[in-house]
Amino acid sequence: MGKVLIMNRIDQVFRNNRDILNVYFTAGFPDLDDTVRIAKSLESAGADMLEIGMPFSDPVADGPTIQESSQKALENGMTIQKLFDQLRDLRKEVSIPVLLMGYVNPVIQYGIENFCEKCAEVGIDGIIIPDLPMSEYLENYSSVFQANGIHNIFLISPNTSVERIREIDEKSGGFIYVVSSSSITGAKQGVQDGQVEYYKRIQSMQLTTPRLIGFGISDKETFKNACSYANGAIIGSAFIRQLKEDASDSGIKSFVRNIKSKSP
Amino acid sequence: MSKYHVNEKGYYGQFGGAYIPEMLHPNVEELRINYLKIINTEAFKRDFDHLLKTYVGRPTPLYFASRLSEKYATKIYLKREDLCHTGAHKVNNTIGQILLAKRLGKSKIIAETGAGQHGVATATVCALMGMECIVYMGEIDMARQKPNVERMKILGAQVIPATSGSKTLKDATNEAMRHWINNPNDTHYIIGSVVGPHPYPDMVARFQSVISAEMQNQLQEVEGRNTPDHVIACVGGGSNAAGAFYHFLNDEEVNLIAAEAAGKGLNSGKSAATTSLGKTGVLHGSKTILMQTEDGQVVEPYSISAGLDYPGIGPIHAHLFDAGRAEFYSITDEEAMTAGVELSKMEGIIPAIESAHALAVFGNRRFEKDEIVVVNLSGRGDKDLETYIKWGKY
Ligand SMILES: Cc1ncc(COP(=O)(O)O)c(C=O)c1O
Repeated sequence: MGKVLIMNRIDQVFRNNRDILNVYFTAGFPDLDDTVRIAKSLESAGADMLEIGMPFSDPVADGPTIQESSQKALENGMTIQKLFDQLRDLRKEVSIPVLLMGYVNPVIQYGIENFCEKCAEVGIDGIIIPDLPMSEYLENYSSVFQANGIHNIFLISPNTSVERIREIDEKSGGFIYVVSSSSITGAKQGVQDGQVEYYKRIQSMQLTTPRLIGFGISDKETFKNACSYANGAIIGSAFIRQLKEDASDSGIKSFVRNIKSKSP
Repeated sequence: MSKYHVNEKGYYGQFGGAYIPEMLHPNVEELRINYLKIINTEAFKRDFDHLLKTYVGRPTPLYFASRLSEKYATKIYLKREDLCHTGAHKVNNTIGQILLAKRLGKSKIIAETGAGQHGVATATVCALMGMECIVYMGEIDMARQKPNVERMKILGAQVIPATSGSKTLKDATNEAMRHWINNPNDTHYIIGSVVGPHPYPDMVARFQSVISAEMQNQLQEVEGRNTPDHVIACVGGGSNAAGAFYHFLNDEEVNLIAAEAAGKGLNSGKSAATTSLGKTGVLHGSKTILMQTEDGQVVEPYSISAGLDYPGIGPIHAHLFDAGRAEFYSITDEEAMTAGVELSKMEGIIPAIESAHALAVFGNRRFEKDEIVVVNLSGRGDKDLETYIKWGKY
């Protein structure tokens, strides 16, 4: 099939960087054609990795902020096919790793093989599908993902058992998405009780896969806190709120710089 | 192993499974590991049966509808789930699940509701057990089902409007799932139909299977045989149908008939006839047949009956449809309302509009004179008076 075996960009980033900032935004929000512009803008502002959300009508793992951006994106006419069209020249513009995140139903309708091949074609490095369970992935999806050089990212939460975390570690590529508390996205602000204990517990397991902490990471304080227990963190709802307020390149730049700045 | 019951992986044929975010995995896994162990204990069965008998009023009668039988030239029996406490079959499931929740050590209950029947049935058993109850209900449904909102409140439940998405049943279900993600430790989610991730569809079907178990005994008594020729039930998510079919699933001599809501007609764009309009997809934790756009976005259904206004069906029914084990009819608002008024005039029973969809099958299909046809009359029409009045043709 003429596929070139290069190291997945996600693996490269974890090899070279720490305090990785992964930023989530919804494709087609605030305007349908904003997707690539926002990606470029985030990269030039200093984001290390991007997660582009594929909007779904029924996003059960998401809080109000991402529900709203998803709904707006759908109203704008966003579809998976449109997204791939928008991303056709992604790799001429953006060099950091890019993941797609979304719910399983639209992916099934697009066709899983089609979907993975398209991902490989436009240069997507990983996929996060929260409602695709591990057992299902391993049985029916993993060979297609692997054939296309795409990492499937698994989530763990404070209630995930030790055995299951070990299994996820073994089956993971790229990174493990450590959900910061028992919650949907965007739920809580600040560092919560018991969170540090949980982060330390995971840290002490010495997993082989890198970890990014996500959900409820909203500002410099929560980002720094997460970075001291993992390879970096993921910001979603807080960035969507930024886009709602000011989606300009300068707005995006100052949001990212503020989080990544070294000063206290 | 039965072809039509759930398999060890949680599937009915190609349908079912547990498509849930990792955050829900521990809860659903806890249920999966424990549900059969618990509900098969003698103590559980005793408590369940006792409450069904003394509180719900079971067994519900199997009534021979002689005037209706004469009109349609066949033998029609009505399984009177409308006589259950709270007015519908929904309570069979909520009794079972609350007993299970107690044994799992949960102190709080959440539920979703569309028309409010499942919400009322859940609020009722929470009052009975002294447990905290939160019911999510779409903002639009709260406005159109006001009496049931107040019933839930009188029973002590907190009713939270679902304001996301289309603000109806599917969104209430999303909100309940989000609540469960946020509160995984002390809370049990009582799903109201044979939908959701495994083991919910099987668990709810088992609690509702009392319907067909009683039918067997009652038919034996009056007909000297314990099987009918046909069983008819309406399908929203499909819990009353699953209960009415359950003990006949493997007896292919028994014809199973499911009535879905066609709303204003299959091609009207205002319908909830999932098997006609849907295709395979994943919603609320299971793979099933689902009404959706080409891009996989879930389509908002429509039916005059709020209880059938759901874009999917339980995976068991997707399988029965796929395997050709059950006949599926899509019944329009008009046909259902007409059948509801007919039953009222001919038998003195005002049915729930959901159940009226099952009765409307008689206008769509002929039965032989000596065949035994059991219709599962899933609920009573009290909650629907306003809709009947608005309809006006009686
Ligand atoms: C009387 C009645 N019948 C049927 C239904 C549909 O549910 P299911 O298909 O799960 O039986 C409802 C739901 O509210 C109902 O109230």
